[in-house]
Amino acid sequence: MEKIPNQKAWFLVLPVFALVAFSAVIPLMTVVNYSVQDTFGNNKFFWNGIGWYQELLSPSTELGGRFFASLWRNLAFSAIVLAIEMPLGIVIALAMPREGWGVAFSLVVLALPLLIPWNVVGTIWQIFGRTDIGLLGYTLHWLGSDYNYVASPLDAWLTIIAMDVWHWSSLVALLCYAGLKSIPEAFYQAASIDGASRWAVFWAIQLPKMKRVLLIAGLLRFMDSFMIYTEPFVVTGGGPGNSTTFLSIELVKLALGQFDLGKAAAMSIVYMLIIIIVCWVYYTVMTNAGEDRGSARGGP
Amino acid sequence: MYALPGRHVILALFIVFLLLPIYWLINMSFKTNGEITSTMTLWPLQPTLANYRVIFTDPSWYLSYVNSLEYVLINTVLSVSLALPAAYAFSRYNFLGDKHLFFWLLTNRMAPAAVFALPFFNLYSAIGLFDTPWAVALAHCLFNIPLAVWILEGFISGVPREIDETAFLDGYSFPRFFMKILLPLIASGVGVAAFFCFMFSWVELLLARTLTSVNAKPIAATMTRTVSAAGMDWGVLAAAGVLTLIPGAVVIWFVRNYIARGFALGRV
Repeated sequence: MEKIPNQKAWFLVLPVFALVAFSAVIPLMTVVNYSVQDTFGNNKFFWNGIGWYQELLSPSTELGGRFFASLWRNLAFSAIVLAIEMPLGIVIALAMPREGWGVAFSLVVLALPLLIPWNVVGTIWQIFGRTDIGLLGYTLHWLGSDYNYVASPLDAWLTIIAMDVWHWSSLVALLCYAGLKSIPEAFYQAASIDGASRWAVFWAIQLPKMKRVLLIAGLLRFMDSFMIYTEPFVVTGGGPGNSTTFLSIELVKLALGQFDLGKAAAMSIVYMLIIIIVCWVYYTVMTNAGEDRGSARGGP
Repeated sequence: MYALPGRHVILALFIVFLLLPIYWLINMSFKTNGEITSTMTLWPLQPTLANYRVIFTDPSWYLSYVNSLEYVLINTVLSVSLALPAAYAFSRYNFLGDKHLFFWLLTNRMAPAAVFALPFFNLYSAIGLFDTPWAVALAHCLFNIPLAVWILEGFISGVPREIDETAFLDGYSFPRFFMKILLPLIASGVGVAAFFCFMFSWVELLLARTLTSVNAKPIAATMTRTVSAAGMDWGVLAAAGVLTLIPGAVVIWFVRNYIARGFALGRV
């Protein structure tokens, strides 16, 4: 659809602009402000230039070491959950019924984990994985495994990954399901007349139709897994040791735990920049994909 | 035709995987602490409502459910009503800086809550909103307004512009056109946007906990009370957790027919 140039449209956007600017720009300026200052307490601040940033970005310092360790950990976590949740979501979407009472039932069950408060998600898995009172931990012990997410870093990671798959695979599945539903029945009839195999239908019809929703799903999943805080914090508290301390956990420790405002602020800025750059690249790819679709169909 | 082989088994296994941890929580909420810690039972042998009684007789428990719902509702109404005109503008018009503005809005959806926790605390303390539902509602607007604009823009773009033009030719003023013609056409989009705002505000804890202390304390923060010197009160913790599932389940039930399209943010 062609858009009309009209500068008065700014008036329609103004309320949103004002409110978001109020809750984004003012706090962000506070963060920038802290990131270039140091304090000896008593609310007396002095100029520190880019000192915090230098410390943060050199892995040899204590702060830099912590930052990079949690950054790699978080990237590994995001990569693993994306690698599991995206294919799993596609498979679940393909397995969903198309009509009948099963549709509403599976939609409701799938959406359920998405509406559980994040700390309750953590609580559920904290209980579920415990070897004394949790079904999962107890069963694994009974089977002879020495599973213990409190003591073993590997088990802690497995628990948190299982939790994230449990929590968010549905989002990918529901998005893909929406993509699949938009495929007209005629496409399948044409494919069957041509004698196309099941695999060919997936590859040539279903996957291209899901491309756009998969891009949205990937974007949302990357952002949220990169910002993850509450769920692992409830389950492991970042431990054992620092093995599940992701970026947000490290940041909250610095800012609200140690009140190291300068360091925390510098870390916040770098953290946000990483997310925004990744998402900008992603968003550009996504918008281009959308334009391709529009021109191919020649419609709105 | 072209169904996935073994799809019933796959779906059934996945649904079991989703429901098992939830079942375990519900199971625990009906047990006594003695039964929880001493034996491993697949269902409560002596079902008890004592855990729920603790929550429904203690105002600091049940009022925190009210607190949570209060800021979630304020946030949903605020986000959707402000996002509607903006989404219309983004969908219909070109204006100075529109693309940059849209991306800037989205960057706020990407901002980690951990970054904003401390500055929000300072900001809302300074303007006297600390420990009120308004502080949390406004803070959650940071990520909900961009999302609502994004969803509604998708739905409004699905309405042909000829409808707007016809209405204006018929002498409708802009506000009247918006309320009488556009809103009914995108009613499902408004529902979906409201659903998402409700969802993300309801599940968020870090900001909600940072911006409240006593009067507006959300249920998620109250739940940490079950850890005490006497040990964990597992039964009450589980019961409180089960009660937080209910608002979500109710909301899902109402939007179940729009859920599929809604999750694609109106742009399939």
